[in-house]
Amino acid sequence: MSTQSANPTFLRMAAGHPAFVIGFALSAFFIALALVSFIWTPFDPTKLAIADKLKGPSLEHWFGTDHFGRDMFSMIMVGARVSIAVAFVAVGIGMLIGVPLGLYAAARRGSLIDEIIMRGNDLVFAFPSLLLAIMITAVFGPGAINAIIAIGIFNVPVFARLARGAALSLWTRDFVLAARVAGKTKARISAEHILPNIANLLIVQGTIQFSLAILAEAALAYVGLGAQPPLPSWGRMLADAQTLISLAPHMALFPGFAIIITVLGLNLMGDGLRDLFDPKLRRGR
Amino acid sequence: MTAYLLRRLLSLSLSLVAASLVIFLVMEVVPGDPASFMMGLNADPQAVAALRSQLGLDQPLPVRYVGWVAGLLQGDFGISYTYRVPVSELIAERVMISLPLTLYALALSTLIAFPAGILAASRRNSAADLSVMGATQLGVAIPNFWFAMILVLVFAVNLRWFSAGGFPGWDAGFWPAIKALTLPAIALALPQASILARVMRSSLIDTLDEDFMRTARAKGLSRGQALRRHALRNALIPVLTIIGLQFSFLLAGGIIIENVFYLPGLGRLAFQAITQRDLIVVRSVVILLVFAVITVTFLVDLAYAAADPRLRRRRA
Repeated sequence: MSTQSANPTFLRMAAGHPAFVIGFALSAFFIALALVSFIWTPFDPTKLAIADKLKGPSLEHWFGTDHFGRDMFSMIMVGARVSIAVAFVAVGIGMLIGVPLGLYAAARRGSLIDEIIMRGNDLVFAFPSLLLAIMITAVFGPGAINAIIAIGIFNVPVFARLARGAALSLWTRDFVLAARVAGKTKARISAEHILPNIANLLIVQGTIQFSLAILAEAALAYVGLGAQPPLPSWGRMLADAQTLISLAPHMALFPGFAIIITVLGLNLMGDGLRDLFDPKLRRGR
Repeated sequence: MTAYLLRRLLSLSLSLVAASLVIFLVMEVVPGDPASFMMGLNADPQAVAALRSQLGLDQPLPVRYVGWVAGLLQGDFGISYTYRVPVSELIAERVMISLPLTLYALALSTLIAFPAGILAASRRNSAADLSVMGATQLGVAIPNFWFAMILVLVFAVNLRWFSAGGFPGWDAGFWPAIKALTLPAIALALPQASILARVMRSSLIDTLDEDFMRTARAKGLSRGQALRRHALRNALIPVLTIIGLQFSFLLAGGIIIENVFYLPGLGRLAFQAITQRDLIVVRSVVILLVFAVITVTFLVDLAYAAADPRLRRRRA
């Protein structure tokens, strides 16, 4: 379990792993779509053109238009930006808070602080996450920032628990003992020896959490608590489509496909990374 | 076992106390005073003050917390700010929809996941295995509310087999009620079935590699017999954990699906209460769901400890 990211053999192995390649390509495609939307979209995604409303897919409007005549493809491009940004920051927050907590708990194993951190984790896990996310966004106002906080909170215990579990087994290893004999503090050992050795695990989990966060963001936006208009978002596009589903099914299909493909890509990439990082697990699980 | 049980019960009650404190305090920081919300924008300040004292909102924080918990313990959840009826009545009514929906979805998910997981594990790397695994990848990637919309499009709008939403009530008879819950249950079950099938498969694969399976085959059992008599039972432990977790997840996760299908369940009650600042309803529903999660986890743990004495010590 050493860090192998820049290793040429690792890259060659990755290129030969079909799930990873497909997952990476799909994820990269949507990230590219989101980035391109900053400089170019086929149409202005906020421009209303009532005369063109509810048009099906055509050469001009690839994914058709919505009930205000807005171009669906352009909206999906900008929506990708919102979904990916919210999910990325939410998972980032979860990692930045959760991993140090987990490392600290592992370094002080069995102490009162360890107990408090772990029971706190259990407590957050016991809360119905979606309900609480809805509560947080409803209380503090709907919007991208509050969606990030609501999703981020539930990522904290995931990473804290993972980091603690993985770190605990490392604390018994000889190289950690050597570091302690050399006089390093627990904090330095955690940062210099434990963290690099659990980085792979964290990356894999991060990918999975990223995909879950995209689903959560879509759900929040769907009930009207995500990013607010006029910024397009995949979840709200689906909410708009619901009442018109018999008239204009394309309004529901394309944003749905966007979510599914992005999440599928991230999950495949996560599974692939896990296989690549840990050859022992590679037996078609 | 008794000591283990007592220790687990103590930690169960501590979790519940902590959860109730968190919920209570979160509700306290919520901006917006329920009394002025109920009276509207142009309310007379004196009338608002009178309502505040009637609702007990003018009492100090600890008094209100203790009052709330004491009420909870007696089954008295308070009076809803907006509906003006006891919260316990509201919840009892809604549970009659959410609980059957949850059980229905759980049953569907198990019925799909078990055969799929067993098939995939027993024919590892075959075409069947690959299709099951591919389907489960897709299943976890599909947002359930989107799937719900597609189900409505196909089975309600086009084929007209089901209605697009609403609930006739159990008074309308068992089958009409079940019919109204079918599409929501399918939408809820899909991602859960995918997760469950994956867990079933990997757990069974682990078990199939065990020495006792070789022994079972060596003593003359066929592959199928060995699978049914020895592997399945041993593979079920992680599967049961996931089912336990899914029960609570489905109970709360219905919030979005109930909104898609206009089902007056717990989730929809909570959602409407949140938007109407009916905090007393919100905190009652949340504490109830948290209670359900903690209790189910506790029961699953107990079931293991009863089945496997090794776990009693390990979890200490």
